[in-house]
Amino acid sequence: MEHIRLPKAENVRLLNRLSPRRSCVGTLYLTATHSIYVESETQVRSETWVLHSLICRLEKQVNTSTGSPLLIHCKNFQVLHFVFPQEQDCVHIQASLQRLSQPEQYEELYCFSYKPNVDEAERKEEWSFLNLKAEYRRLGIPNSLWKSSPVNQSYKVSDTYPAELYVPESATQQVIVGSSKFRSRGRFPTLSYYCKDNQAAICRSSQPLSGFSARCLEDEQLLEAIRRSNPRSDFMYVVDTRPKLNAIANRAAGKGYENEDHYSNIKFQFISIENIHVMRSSQQKMLDVCELRTPSMANFLEGLEGSGWLKHIKAVLDAGVFVAKAISEEGASVLVHCSDGWDRTAQVCSVACVLLEPYYRSLKGLMVLIEREWVSFGHKFSHRCNHLDGDSKEVSPVMDQFLECVWQLTEQFPCAFEFNERFLIAVHHHMYACQYACVSTATVLRDKTHSLWKHLWDTRGDYINPLYRTDNCQSQGVLRPSTAPYCFKFWSGLYNRFDRGMHPRQSVEDYLMAVREETVQLEEQLASHKEVRGQRQKEGPPLSWGLAPGGFVPQAGTPQDYSGGFIASSPCQQRSPVDGLAFTPPQNQTSEADLSVGSEQESGIADVSFNSQLSEEGPGEPDPDDAAYSAA
Amino acid sequence: MEFAELIKTPRVDGVVLHRPFMPTVEGTLCLTGHHLILSSRQDNTEELWLLHSNIDSIEKRFLGSLGTIIVKCKDLRMIQLDIPGMEECLNIGSSIEALSTLDSVSLMYPYFYRPMFEVIEDGWNSFLPEDAFKDLEAMTDEWRLSEVNRDFRVCTTYPPLVAVPRDVDDDTLRKAAGFRHGGRFPVLSYYHKKNGMVMMRSGQPLTGTNGRRCKEDERLINATLRPGKRGYVIDTRTISVAQQAKARGGGFETEANYPQWRRIHKAIERSNVLQDSLVKLVEACNDQSHSMDRWLSKLEASNWQTHVKEILTTACLAAQCIDREGASVLVHGTEGTDSTLQVTSLAQIILDPACRTIQGFQGLVEREWLQAGHPFAQRCSMSAYSNSKPRHEAPGFLLFLDCVWQVLRQFPCSFQFTEQLLVLLFEHAYASQFGTFLGNSAAERVRLSLPEKTVSLWSWVNRPQEIDHLSNPLYEPNSLVIWPSVAPQSLLLWEGVFLRWNRSPRCQEEAHEEMVHIIEYNKELQNKVNSLRRQLAQLETQEPPLQTP
Repeated sequence: MEHIRLPKAENVRLLNRLSPRRSCVGTLYLTATHSIYVESETQVRSETWVLHSLICRLEKQVNTSTGSPLLIHCKNFQVLHFVFPQEQDCVHIQASLQRLSQPEQYEELYCFSYKPNVDEAERKEEWSFLNLKAEYRRLGIPNSLWKSSPVNQSYKVSDTYPAELYVPESATQQVIVGSSKFRSRGRFPTLSYYCKDNQAAICRSSQPLSGFSARCLEDEQLLEAIRRSNPRSDFMYVVDTRPKLNAIANRAAGKGYENEDHYSNIKFQFISIENIHVMRSSQQKMLDVCELRTPSMANFLEGLEGSGWLKHIKAVLDAGVFVAKAISEEGASVLVHCSDGWDRTAQVCSVACVLLEPYYRSLKGLMVLIEREWVSFGHKFSHRCNHLDGDSKEVSPVMDQFLECVWQLTEQFPCAFEFNERFLIAVHHHMYACQYACVSTATVLRDKTHSLWKHLWDTRGDYINPLYRTDNCQSQGVLRPSTAPYCFKFWSGLYNRFDRGMHPRQSVEDYLMAVREETVQLEEQLASHKEVRGQRQKEGPPLSWGLAPGGFVPQAGTPQDYSGGFIASSPCQQRSPVDGLAFTPPQNQTSEADLSVGSEQESGIADVSFNSQLSEEGPGEPDPDDAAYSAA
Repeated sequence: MEFAELIKTPRVDGVVLHRPFMPTVEGTLCLTGHHLILSSRQDNTEELWLLHSNIDSIEKRFLGSLGTIIVKCKDLRMIQLDIPGMEECLNIGSSIEALSTLDSVSLMYPYFYRPMFEVIEDGWNSFLPEDAFKDLEAMTDEWRLSEVNRDFRVCTTYPPLVAVPRDVDDDTLRKAAGFRHGGRFPVLSYYHKKNGMVMMRSGQPLTGTNGRRCKEDERLINATLRPGKRGYVIDTRTISVAQQAKARGGGFETEANYPQWRRIHKAIERSNVLQDSLVKLVEACNDQSHSMDRWLSKLEASNWQTHVKEILTTACLAAQCIDREGASVLVHGTEGTDSTLQVTSLAQIILDPACRTIQGFQGLVEREWLQAGHPFAQRCSMSAYSNSKPRHEAPGFLLFLDCVWQVLRQFPCSFQFTEQLLVLLFEHAYASQFGTFLGNSAAERVRLSLPEKTVSLWSWVNRPQEIDHLSNPLYEPNSLVIWPSVAPQSLLLWEGVFLRWNRSPRCQEEAHEEMVHIIEYNKELQNKVNSLRRQLAQLETQEPPLQTP
């Protein structure tokens, strides 16, 4: 609390970027973890909460006649434009936020102060939700070709690797340790993914310390062992995900890449994915384009091209496709590395997994994949997401790119993924928000914090793709996406996430989810009716409808389920059985009452909410674009 | 018959056909007067029946004695025919070229086509102006249907019947027509029931350099204003283009002569620019160079998306003036047959829920495009692959469809039809067995006896099975005005047309099927539950309780 210089500023204006007319006045409160903006002058209390750990940049602009503007740029791409009537307030708020948004120690992170109403036993239980050992067992590991290696049990061989690692059966401790000394950060080649069907494997590592001529017998032996673990193939790929020039430059620093002459039976391949610095500046350029006030189509497309962002996304997906093809079509194992093997390597291995195996396209599968390839293999979330006040050159949207690759795939294969866009955005949000520790930091935090995956799993109803079906042809087998440039779209759902006016005003997904929910209820009703009918036919009318097994309970619940979205007055709803038929249970007064309430709510109240919803924020709202229509 | 002279080689055996997303077929190629047919004479492979009029251009290549013809279609598809024998290939090539560029309308396929389906409702009579006027009459008595253009003398591009203010007589209309480009005096395009405001359209006023004025024209459009109210003139040209038009006898409504009207200039491009855009866009989409930078810069350089944004923005502006400002609007550009119609028809999509139904949308196309005199024959005689120099070609209608698709994408539950209807209209506007899109105006259609001699596209579309096929399973009638976002982030490339032949449609089709399945299954369950309830209710009334507990 000592960092809060000013707990509250009044008469602060919050500007709406797209439609100035929708700007509002209110009070800004600072708490230890959040800034809360409360609109005054509105009938309904309207609050905007900003998590301090999500703030990435504070931009104080020159004073205008109306006050002192302060722009808050958030890591989830929200931009809040406040104007303070008093400059002093602005200065204090800025200084406070500056400090609050940049914790200096892990202990200050939000995940340590976040205390949901969960007891200790449950909290511990959360952490066992995902079990990587079980995941390897699912892959068929260990087996006669791959074994668990205790070599990194105490994180001594590589402090950024997990304790539990899998290596070829024939790899001895001495070979592994020898190889680890020849690899950056001790990150020796180890198993990432194993394809049960053809025994090909994806392995990952960091770059070899080969310099201009150095060799390492153990490293060569380890690669040979990996190749031999795939008895059906007489060669393996070594994929260096860096541009060739970068790799060559590394040789001068005693690092580099594998020399094909020294390793037997490898095919070496460069795949040019740029480094974290290029990606960081590319994303910033793209965000600048997103934030343009009223861009023309040419401004936007030029800016998008100039940022190079989609080019980089394509490069990552192309690399994933290369690896997936090598595994599925050539049956060859692949070793993937970049420099340290925790950024591009993680991207490429995980994209390849999503392409190769339907499991990783499920909700839990993607969590497991992120847990394995990113969390356990030491992706530097803390640096990359800038959780702590640190080196700004270490920040980079590496994980963003992976999530975007998955999103691009969901656009090409709308039925292949169990999760929807909201899930990817939620993962992105939490990765930066630091509320849950799972993807928050590089070190083990299980003693004090909560697991993100359990939380996401518990709320999975929000994240289901209604079109997903396991028996679809696109849900099965290997995905073969097109990576022609025109297949890549700009992800406005993420990068313009808070510009709600830009997104489709009606959601097909929500509509279908509501229909499906209703279908489930209908199924229940059908079953219970059948049961009742069976009983009646057997023994005459039951005495009380209300007490009939399964009864009409689902109906009573029906109306509430639809009050949420525009779907409220869906035709299925209006045609809903409760409505039309005068069906009066003869003997039981209570149940009759229940029913009539139910039907009233359905046709009446639900309808009202439908209309008001639309006129408030649906199509009845021209404001966001008023400016745009007439501006030109 | 004349066609026989053009067909030098009517059939060739051993021709191999390559099509996007379909297996290669080997078979016999036949040329008829109107079709290019490839048949494998096997039951299980699909034949190709391609209308010559759908062929935009062809390209011939030779490798030894094997000739290859690449056929580039107006619907943007490309197919390849490998033809053994150089002479055969040359003959086929020149025959296709001749047959696909027939000048005489009366030789076109619609005159020869006999429907293989039962015509339930003759589409030629489905959307008559008098019927549309009946709907208007039910809402207001301020308008009348004028027969001033009965014989197409006042305006060659207007239909015989037009809606005009009740208090303006035909004489005034004739004089106003003399003051408007192509005789296109201001007529009613849309009546906004909610507040009684209207949208009119016309050609540009012929003020010329010396500022000619026409009292009758002023009276005509002022008659549409409520007392004390101002209206908006939306000129689809920039002010400088409008200024330049004066030198050629055109011009715009000056403040001095039209004090009750506020003029707004927008910048919708003219036909030759749009055609150029289409060519560039399609070239970009077919470019297999696989570099992201190149694709994005070509997409940007084509300017297609810019046109989409500009047109949609102007339509939103018109709709906003009517619905939000409570003002009447007059829309025109130069001739009033292109950008004007884009704006007036899109504004109706935004404002009027009726236009978002399958029937209503057909009515809109009929009213605002066909009857309103968009010169389809001229505009759609060539598409993106044509080698000849464009004269009057322009993808104005395609741009309109693209804009509708953008709105449909943003409001996926507010349209009764799917994207399929839009694609279908695009195809038929360029090549069709139906007579609907032949000719340039109502007058030409009468002269060509199209209603008598050809079948209407609407006759085909409005059969139950076709309606079913085009229906949007997500549709919920939405009585509200729908305001689309025109931010560049919100406007996407229309894949359904421009990438249609580059990407397999399978995954998207599967998604659509799944969507239909979810909704159908829900309906099925509802019916089951309903019928069970009825049964139970009957059991209840028929059988009195046997005994008390």
